[in-house]
Amino acid sequence: MNPLIGGALAGPAPLSPTQIFAPASTPARSVFELSIFVLIVAAAIFIVVFGLLTYAVWKYKRKKNDDGREPPQIYGSNQIELAWTITPVLIVLVLFLATARVVAAVQNPPRPKNALEVTVVGHQFWWEYRYPGTDVVTANELHVPVSDAANPTPTFLKLLSADTDHSFWVPRLAGKTDLIPNFPNQTWIEPKETGLFLGQCAQYCGTQHAKMLLRVYVQPREEFERWLFEQSQPANSSEAVAEGRKIFEHTACINCHTVAGTAANGRFGPDLTHLMSRETIGAGLVPNTPENLRRWIQDPAAIKPGSLMPAMGMSGRELDAVTAYMASLR
Amino acid sequence: MPSSDALTLPTPATPAVRRPFADALQGWLTTVDHKRIGLLYICYALAFLAIGGVEAAVMRIQLARPHGTFVSPQVFNQMFTMHGTTMIFFVVMPLVFGFANYLVPLMIGARDMAFPRLNAFSFWMTALGGLFLYFSFVGGFGLYGMGTAPDVGWFAYAPLTSKTFSPGHSTDYWAIALLISGFGSIGTAVNILATILSMRCRGMTLGKMPLLAWLNLTMAALVILAVSPLTAAQIMLLLDRYLGAHFFDTQAGGSAVIWMHFFWIFGHPEVYVLVIPAFAIASEIIPVFSRKAIFGYPVMVAATVAIGFISMSVWAHHMFTVGMSSTANSFFVLTTMAIAVPTGIKIFNWLATMWGGKIQFKAPMLFCTAFLFQFLIAGLTGIMLGAAPFNWQLSGSYFVVAHFHYVIVGAIVFAIFAGFYYWFPRVSGRMYDERLAKVHFWLFVIGFHLTFDFMHVPGLLGMPRRIYTYEPGRGWDVWNLIVTVGVAFQAAGIFVFLVNLVRSYFRGASAGPDPWDAWTLEWSTPSPPPEHNFPSIPVVKSRRPLWDLKHPEDPDWLYE
Repeated sequence: MNPLIGGALAGPAPLSPTQIFAPASTPARSVFELSIFVLIVAAAIFIVVFGLLTYAVWKYKRKKNDDGREPPQIYGSNQIELAWTITPVLIVLVLFLATARVVAAVQNPPRPKNALEVTVVGHQFWWEYRYPGTDVVTANELHVPVSDAANPTPTFLKLLSADTDHSFWVPRLAGKTDLIPNFPNQTWIEPKETGLFLGQCAQYCGTQHAKMLLRVYVQPREEFERWLFEQSQPANSSEAVAEGRKIFEHTACINCHTVAGTAANGRFGPDLTHLMSRETIGAGLVPNTPENLRRWIQDPAAIKPGSLMPAMGMSGRELDAVTAYMASLR
Repeated sequence: MPSSDALTLPTPATPAVRRPFADALQGWLTTVDHKRIGLLYICYALAFLAIGGVEAAVMRIQLARPHGTFVSPQVFNQMFTMHGTTMIFFVVMPLVFGFANYLVPLMIGARDMAFPRLNAFSFWMTALGGLFLYFSFVGGFGLYGMGTAPDVGWFAYAPLTSKTFSPGHSTDYWAIALLISGFGSIGTAVNILATILSMRCRGMTLGKMPLLAWLNLTMAALVILAVSPLTAAQIMLLLDRYLGAHFFDTQAGGSAVIWMHFFWIFGHPEVYVLVIPAFAIASEIIPVFSRKAIFGYPVMVAATVAIGFISMSVWAHHMFTVGMSSTANSFFVLTTMAIAVPTGIKIFNWLATMWGGKIQFKAPMLFCTAFLFQFLIAGLTGIMLGAAPFNWQLSGSYFVVAHFHYVIVGAIVFAIFAGFYYWFPRVSGRMYDERLAKVHFWLFVIGFHLTFDFMHVPGLLGMPRRIYTYEPGRGWDVWNLIVTVGVAFQAAGIFVFLVNLVRSYFRGASAGPDPWDAWTLEWSTPSPPPEHNFPSIPVVKSRRPLWDLKHPEDPDWLYE
């Protein structure tokens, strides 16, 4: 098993870390409660109709000693038709009212003053997160504060897309909302417990749609503030990795990647300013270790075929140097 | 009161004379006979069923285990695009049209469709569309060397289909294939409408048509309403790709959401285009094998037409995650749930038809019974998906994939198998092998339930559709393995089915003209029906003309 998600498995979701029946956030809980109601109604209908069908099949099967005569021909009954029209109408009405209530509650929530805002930008095939009001830009691993009843701090996510359609889906935190180019969307989460929550892109977006994984880290307020502060600092760089930095800044790397405080300010690829503060690379694909980084820089397609990052054709020495530079970006 | 001596019970046919192969081939290629065109549609669809099935099997082998490496992501994405497009447009639609073509004129006492040559044209357009789609495997990059198939998904959301994200020609093949086959579909729909409205035999008022005709009338109307916007959208897409139009080009201010609306205003009625003819088959078979008249005929007609109307207003329930307003979402929740009412009425009426009957579980009725149970479940998961908040979790997951396969396979394909067995003796003059048919039934039931029951679970556990592989440790592994195992049973079932068809066609026992002791006009012709169906045009007095003939002491028209 992937050690990265073992922790999430041990939590209150034994079946799966991404199941929809273990909500840990307000909108997911509203959806969950409605889901249970709808499931119960559907189960009740199923039992009744399944029972009737089974009874008819069993009871009216032609007997072995049948006399060959046709059974009485019955052409219909208005009373019976009326009964099985009105009953479903009433059930539908109840289901609709219950549903519309939750639609309104989840789509038009109150927005407390201290709510956090994050801009999510979907890219082929990774996630960009921007924290408005700060300089913080990060990728693939979203950090948000936990919300407690005394001091609710929901997080509102503005959803944008840089290329094709994507969908933001972390089942334990909220239902999915699409990220559509030229069509800004919004969703929100209000996690009630800390921990790592997993999900992935849920709208087909191209070759590597399958490897566009979501990781949401819900942290205690102070821990989150500390993380935010650290992320807002420029990159620190030591003389020891000067060679790698030079190679990085003199190849095409900087066309796509940003390292704050340096010449690298590209925006196609993930921001690398604090690369080593992230647990994974390749949108949650492999653990962020120097070995994996080196493999990735050498040939991204070997790990993620269809990834838009090209292999740069570096020599072994250059690779080592750039990897060392990357590994110093904390 | 017109005399009914024009309508007689059928007599055994004289054996057909075998012609040289070239003559026979020319006969089939140039035919304008509705029965032959119906069979062409059906054979064509069966060939594509095999191809689409292989594509499904490739996907299931890949997904049987996490981190599967059976095919590359590119190939996997082509497989689900081609599988979906093939199964909808080149398997189920041709099957539906094939059955309608063959049966509608026979059941309303007509000698052919209203426009026989339009009929042939429509079939060949559909056929061309399918061949064109598959030509992309060799021609997608142009005619030099390697080809590629479309990989944009069967609903081809913009802007993934733009030149930027889909270079080469694969998307063009997809768009043009659907454009061409769309013309064919519209042509056939016009033909079915005209035939039913103007070619009925004497005495057959609209209220005395077999339910199959009513249901196909509704289907044809829906095809015209639903396929036209799809055709328009394909033209807009091609304008975008080649003439710099900006309908769906988001980088130039176009709208990706407009494509979704265009696609789903086609896509949802399309579900009913496919399922209403399945209802039609069930509505003919269940009464005959229960030995009772259909219960509540006028209500069944009303429910069908109601489904037709409501189905035009539900499309955006495919778009609950797109970010529509809460008001719009609630509206589509209401329409979606409302459609459950007429659908429920139909299930209850079939149940009431069986109630008090003497049900014979021959192959057609076995498949119809499974259809009833499975359609019930498909309807209930549909209600869950219709509750927008629940949909925010389920949409785009394997739960949806399981749901719509429950509709398309569990309901539509099962009903079509029932239709195959029911009308096989009519078409071929020979009886199928009942033992093989039962083997087919049980293999397919087991395979279907292994695959599609268990496919709901990974969806509830957060597995999105259209992923070429997945991470271990998410609780998805075992379910996916079971789903894949089911495919083997389904494939075996289909194989037995095809063997049965071919063997019985050449070696089956003679079936006689009316093996089911049935009640509708198609069983009153010689077997197989001659070129112009009826020696003299029949005259009917009730919905079950052959019942009247067989029970002169107690005819239906006394009660209708």
